[in-house]
Amino acid sequence: MSDYLQSLSHLRAGLDSGIFSARELTQYYLDRVNRFDGALNAFITKTPERALAAADEADQRLAAGERAPLLGIPYAHKDIFCTAGVRTTCASKMLGDWVAPYDATVHQKLNAAGAVLLGKTNMDEFAMGSSNENSAFGAVKNPWDHAAVPGGSSGGSAAAVAARLVPVATGTDTGGSIRQPAAYCGITGIKPTYGRVSRFGMIAYASSLDQGGVLAGSAEDCALMLQAMAGHDPRDSTSANQPVPDYVTELDQPLAGLRVGVPRQWFTAGLDSVVAARIETAIAELESMGAQRVDIDLPDAELALAAYYLIAPAEASSNLSRFDGVRFGYRCAEPRDLNDLYERSRSEGFGEEVQRRILIGTYALSAGYYDAFYGRAQKARRQIAANFEAAFRDCDVIAGPVAPTVAFDLGAHMSDPATMYLEDIYTIPVNLAGLPGMSLPVGFSGRRPVGMQLIGSPFTEGRLLAVAHQYQQRTDWHQQIPAPYQEGAA
Amino acid sequence: MSLSPSQLKHVAHLSRIALEESKIPALVQDLNAILAFAEQLKDGRLDDLAPMAHPLDQQQPLRADVVNETNQRDILLKGAPATEQGLFLVPKVIE
Repeated sequence: MSDYLQSLSHLRAGLDSGIFSARELTQYYLDRVNRFDGALNAFITKTPERALAAADEADQRLAAGERAPLLGIPYAHKDIFCTAGVRTTCASKMLGDWVAPYDATVHQKLNAAGAVLLGKTNMDEFAMGSSNENSAFGAVKNPWDHAAVPGGSSGGSAAAVAARLVPVATGTDTGGSIRQPAAYCGITGIKPTYGRVSRFGMIAYASSLDQGGVLAGSAEDCALMLQAMAGHDPRDSTSANQPVPDYVTELDQPLAGLRVGVPRQWFTAGLDSVVAARIETAIAELESMGAQRVDIDLPDAELALAAYYLIAPAEASSNLSRFDGVRFGYRCAEPRDLNDLYERSRSEGFGEEVQRRILIGTYALSAGYYDAFYGRAQKARRQIAANFEAAFRDCDVIAGPVAPTVAFDLGAHMSDPATMYLEDIYTIPVNLAGLPGMSLPVGFSGRRPVGMQLIGSPFTEGRLLAVAHQYQQRTDWHQQIPAPYQEGAA
Repeated sequence: MSLSPSQLKHVAHLSRIALEESKIPALVQDLNAILAFAEQLKDGRLDDLAPMAHPLDQQQPLRADVVNETNQRDILLKGAPATEQGLFLVPKVIE
């Protein structure tokens, strides 16, 4: 089997030719999860029995001659996607052992595609965080360096894919939560255009920014997984009613003449010099493949940060009002009255960062402050979107950093939330404008991986994936596996 | 525009979050560090821009007003911390 682990298309070939069964493949990854996850803490819930049953079903479909891209392919869900029969925690004590009464659309689609769920991955509570340290189930370690964070909020998915505990995983990205952990863990991740992937059954943090996507070993694997997840869903009123292109076919579109915009304002003092150097080298590689570098202006990153840290908490304060100790999950002991029940259930059930964001958001929406904070932030959002529109008049894709540094040490920013927020300065503008963005590995700084971000205009996921894929045909950063997790490692 | 301890208590009540008195000073400091970002929003370029509530300015779709969900009361109640006779249970509201 070891000759077939490097990509989903290799796994596909192995399954289709009967070299191994879906059950054997699933058992292989379950064994890796059992062997390695004690140290990483990437999983909140493992579902081995269900996985083997799903694998057997896939084997029957294969035996009947069915061939489909994800049939029998193991994967993990970020624990934000609702799965009937398997608990969905959002890494919060508030949900604890809550079991959703229905499946998220993304889960339904992956089930129908024959993919095999191995379990649900750790994350920052309610997707609020950039380090995966805000989890009621404990922090996740970065497989490349156990002293480092994996990034967040999809940190469990990123660590699991980087350590090859699963070949591919789902994630969600509200302000960088797929791209930043993908960068920190040296893997490839894509956040599609807002509306591309259904949010039905994806627990809401900030509804106008949240978008589901993929963390995988390569752009090609992202394309295969996104193909199965994307598409219009009548049950999500913000879902885009647009046809989904064939992302795998689009991987081969040529780079010749492609204008790659490089934002001047992003390569300044705030960016780590080694990270900047690795990205410059990667951009030069794209140029050597026929792309044309264009230096562009993309101002107002600080303005975007200000807008995001009001809009996202404002939407969160509204979305999370549903967790009231009455209808879901956690309730405090012996409430004196209804108000006491609400207040103590929420302060005991939510972690500190979630409470901070609810408080900020409520303040930004409250009488007398709405115009100065929330209203003003929405105007800033318009400015950010306009900046991207202007930039895309001069280029086809934008290339730049994902985060100002490589993965930082566990605990480094936990005492200072405002500093933690600066981690998101290059990713947040993309969510505000609703654009597709991805991260791909382009080298290392010491032991810690460096990611490069690609950003496109709406619904150009295929082009982003093509740029990343062709870069990955010429480089092998995406094939690097941290030493302790390599096949045959002691 | 900074948040005072008494404003924080008011916002906490609006948010239905119980605050321990001892945690208020540090929380005020954290929240004000975050609100300091909002200074950026005084930028005069924003004055005449239309607020953007949603990416891509999507339209709200409409569907026919027909029943398409079945009653799932028992399944939905399973996720609740306390229920009785098919109802959510809460402390007595009216004495």
